[in-house]
Amino acid sequence: MSGQTLYDKIWQSHLVSGDDEAALIYIDRHIIHEVTSAQAFEGIELAGRSIWRSDSILATPDHQVPTTEREKGKAGFVDKLALLQVTTLDDNCDKNNIVQFKLNDQRQGIVHVVGPEQGASLPGMTIVCGDSHSSTHGAFAALAQGIGTSEVEHVLASQCLQQQKCKNLRVLVNGCLPLGITAKDLILYIIGKLGTAGGTGYAIEYAGEAIENLSMEGRLTVCNMTIEAGARSGLIAYDQVTENYLHGRPYAPKGAMWDSAIQYWRTLVSDADAVFDKELIIDAKDILPQVTWGTKPDQVVAVTSQVPEISSAKDAVQQADWQKALSYMSLNSGTAISSLSLDQVFIGSCTNGRIEDIREVAKVVKGKKVASTIKRAMVVPGSGLVKQQAEAEGLDKIIMAAGLEWRFAGCSMCNAMNPDSLASGERCASTSNRNFEGRQGQGGRTHLVSPAMAAAAAIAGHFVDIRQVELAQLEGIH
Amino acid sequence: MAAFVAHQGWVAPMDRSNVDTDAMMPKQYLKCIFKSGYGDWAFDDWRYLDAGDVDVDVSTRRKNPDFELNKTIYQGASILLSRENFGCGSSREHAVWGIRDMGFKVVIATSFADIFYNNCFNNGILALTLKPEQIERLFELSGDKAMSLTVNLQEKRVTLANGEFYSFELEENRRFKMLNGLDNVATTLLKKQAIQDFEKQHKQTHPYYFTPLR
Repeated sequence: MSGQTLYDKIWQSHLVSGDDEAALIYIDRHIIHEVTSAQAFEGIELAGRSIWRSDSILATPDHQVPTTEREKGKAGFVDKLALLQVTTLDDNCDKNNIVQFKLNDQRQGIVHVVGPEQGASLPGMTIVCGDSHSSTHGAFAALAQGIGTSEVEHVLASQCLQQQKCKNLRVLVNGCLPLGITAKDLILYIIGKLGTAGGTGYAIEYAGEAIENLSMEGRLTVCNMTIEAGARSGLIAYDQVTENYLHGRPYAPKGAMWDSAIQYWRTLVSDADAVFDKELIIDAKDILPQVTWGTKPDQVVAVTSQVPEISSAKDAVQQADWQKALSYMSLNSGTAISSLSLDQVFIGSCTNGRIEDIREVAKVVKGKKVASTIKRAMVVPGSGLVKQQAEAEGLDKIIMAAGLEWRFAGCSMCNAMNPDSLASGERCASTSNRNFEGRQGQGGRTHLVSPAMAAAAAIAGHFVDIRQVELAQLEGIH
Repeated sequence: MAAFVAHQGWVAPMDRSNVDTDAMMPKQYLKCIFKSGYGDWAFDDWRYLDAGDVDVDVSTRRKNPDFELNKTIYQGASILLSRENFGCGSSREHAVWGIRDMGFKVVIATSFADIFYNNCFNNGILALTLKPEQIERLFELSGDKAMSLTVNLQEKRVTLANGEFYSFELEENRRFKMLNGLDNVATTLLKKQAIQDFEKQHKQTHPYYFTPLR
């Protein structure tokens, strides 16, 4: 009998009943936010049910919160419906004894930034959240996945999910990432290879030297975008990087409990003889800075190349897709990516709103000025604590001196469900995760890039190859 | 949830692949805290020429005549036909609520995105996949005229008006729940004892997962 994958191990250890076809699996951690939980709580109430385990739930508002004038609190909401949703989350959490980092809590932020930084997302756990980017937490060798609102209700009521087991897909990234190439470029490149549905039905394990060399922040970026390749869950094996990151976090185990936890966590790797149903092998040295040109995350090319020719699409269906994408993006085949002028630059989101991302931005923009043609460039920290850390390091001053806006934590222009959005026809360099039509505002045109690439684009007014940009030193940061 | 045994209805073809849930239900409608009433907002950016929001009366907005679902022959359709990776992207269940409230009972596609697929079944929508050549045939037949289909879940069969039929596959567990209109939460809570037993043992093995969040 062959060995088990990391996914197999976590699945097996949470199986309450059933088989691979129709299983009931136990959920250790449930993270909730304002947008996908209200109807779930209502369902529980209408059915006269109760919450199975309130103390397993962590809540914070993120999708709709304004990223300016946070000191005004709820009075800062322009949109009264958004406010009602945030207030409904408050009510549901208060009524059910659920921990929430509310709007004015320093720990408030994007669910996928907050869970990890609090040590609420732990190795070996099953983690769910009503948000597709919940795959993020898999970077801790956890089984994390996004669920719909009916499933949020199901977990609230039963601490379980009805599921079918996924197949195993390994993405093996051999060698080291070249200088200037980040976790974001790596995952965009991987999505480009797999396609937006390449991972459907699979749990993806990222492995290989380039993955092992990533910081925890970089790993979170990679796992975050797993859903853009169609897979609900992405995982990375437990190692010293995971352990060092978690040690001392507020919700991480302490003392003897920590010692016993790490004994188990160290087994959270795929067995050497584990069999994967599918494998993608990548050579890290082939990866260049990536820029999406279309309206799906797999429509991506290197910054040094051009918008592709329609004729190079794989079939008639893809040709039609590409045609629609080019038309929406107002682009022509053959146009050099570096020639694309931008209107806005957005740096933040659950993909790239962590401290390491903000440091990268500061290195690029220090002592420089945002191009006069850029209407707005903003940096939105992923959480209040990321903001605090960045300010302690003086990064906010560097960023503002260069002419970028420095905001409060929230999803901001990644989902544009708040005042931050693109006007129709505006072109944006964005560190977020989706370049779908209308995602950042109706008619808005999104190009996904790494934080350093977005920062460099803000300075130049168009895309530039980050490898040609001289980076500043940041005091006290290495 | 209502039981689903068979359904006969008109087909609305949406000849696109990778239709994402942002397109099905744009962000501004996710502010609502109700669970139904999303039908007028489904495919909003494609469906109307004028921008919309929750507080904008849809009857004042011009419909986009080029959008496939706006064509007269497809009005009243209850079976949505599309291509690969239907429902990719965001987990927002509002996308399914929109399609359901627009009147669709069945979605037929070459393939579905995972989270969307689950969301469909959790709302009593039958999401079924057919082979690419069968999908192609359905697009041919429904391209310029109204076409009726019968979808029989009991027999796992899609039958055309001309008598042609295609068999489809569906996991037995999903099929059983649809046929009997079973509510997932209720069926899971029948196993309350098993969950409690598991929880007790899991807590003994991994006490660090049970430290209450404060």
